[in-house]
Amino acid sequence: MATGDRRYARVEFSKGLWRENPVFVAVLGLCPSMAVTNTLTNALVMGGATAFVLIGSSLLVSLLRRVVPRPVRISIYIIVIATYVTVVDFLLAAYMPVAHKQLGAFISLIVVNCLILGRQEAFASRQPVGLALADAAGMGGGFALALCMIGAIREILGMGSLLGVPLLGDNFEPWAIMVLPPGGVLTLAGLLVLFAWVRQRN
Amino acid sequence: MDDLLFIFASASVINNFTLAYFLGLCPFLGVTGRIDTALRLGLATIFVMMITALASWCLNTWVLPHAPYLRLISFIVVIASTVQFVEMAIRKLSPALFRALGIFLPLITTNCAILGLALFATNRGYGLVQGLVFAFGAGVGFTLALLIMAGIREESELAGVPALVRGAAMSFFIAAILSMAFMGFAGLFHGS
Repeated sequence: MATGDRRYARVEFSKGLWRENPVFVAVLGLCPSMAVTNTLTNALVMGGATAFVLIGSSLLVSLLRRVVPRPVRISIYIIVIATYVTVVDFLLAAYMPVAHKQLGAFISLIVVNCLILGRQEAFASRQPVGLALADAAGMGGGFALALCMIGAIREILGMGSLLGVPLLGDNFEPWAIMVLPPGGVLTLAGLLVLFAWVRQRN
Repeated sequence: MDDLLFIFASASVINNFTLAYFLGLCPFLGVTGRIDTALRLGLATIFVMMITALASWCLNTWVLPHAPYLRLISFIVVIASTVQFVEMAIRKLSPALFRALGIFLPLITTNCAILGLALFATNRGYGLVQGLVFAFGAGVGFTLALLIMAGIREESELAGVPALVRGAAMSFFIAAILSMAFMGFAGLFHGS
């Protein structure tokens, strides 16, 4: 890769982490993640699995970009994504059975995460492999980061612990609502307002 | 019969797909600007869900026992082709309805509630009739959530919301409050 390419790659990587963060800026790919980010552990597994699928499918789609006929491209991307999700599903079932059981069908639901299909259509299908990988790693990292933020906030407030380690002492009354489904959207709404406020002040 | 009633109530209100599992969040936030479009999208989704339930039962019974690793791929292919088929059928049979649904019809493919429905029904080992009732309940619940959201948003268009909260954040706050309200259904059936 030439020096110029490497600089582009760095730009493509870093944009996903913050400036174009898929969750906080584009509000994409929320459906399968909201219900399972009630603890930091679950958020880590879900974010990692999604990032793996995104990077894998971007690699393959970028390699195949000259071969895939335009009219059927979406179906082909979906099949590529579904293949990687099946791989992740089986890997987790084999090596992390507890997390796999907790996330259940939501791991399979990564297939319909609009973020992944969106990146294939908007980026990986028209760019060389190096840039596509950088973009996928940045977007996947940004997505995992956002899920971990939501997961950490929900676990601290909802259980008074982080990664299962008690933090806030015995006198803390857990906010049960935060680990239940409404807590997820509530946390996300709060974070969106916070970021809008920070951007407005700058 | 009690069993079927329970499945219906559970899928439509107690474990509402949109407000308890947050599946189908994209159309929930995207097309709930007006009540009539929300209703049409909901009805089309119920229809696709019923066909998906039928197709996934056929796959589970005859194909997947021989190749379990193809589950996800075959489900998503079936859903995509069902939506395509429904689109062609509606265009042929009722051009007026086709025009009314417009872009929402093809977008149903990427609705996670549909794939979620097929996966949940498989994980819980539902039979054909149970699966169909489950699909109908889930579709009705989805439509209900869309209608409530659209109603609230039509009203809040004119309300004085601070600029900071307007847009996505506002929709998420509304969704959170609705979701809390739906948690109240949890005690509706004994042992649910």
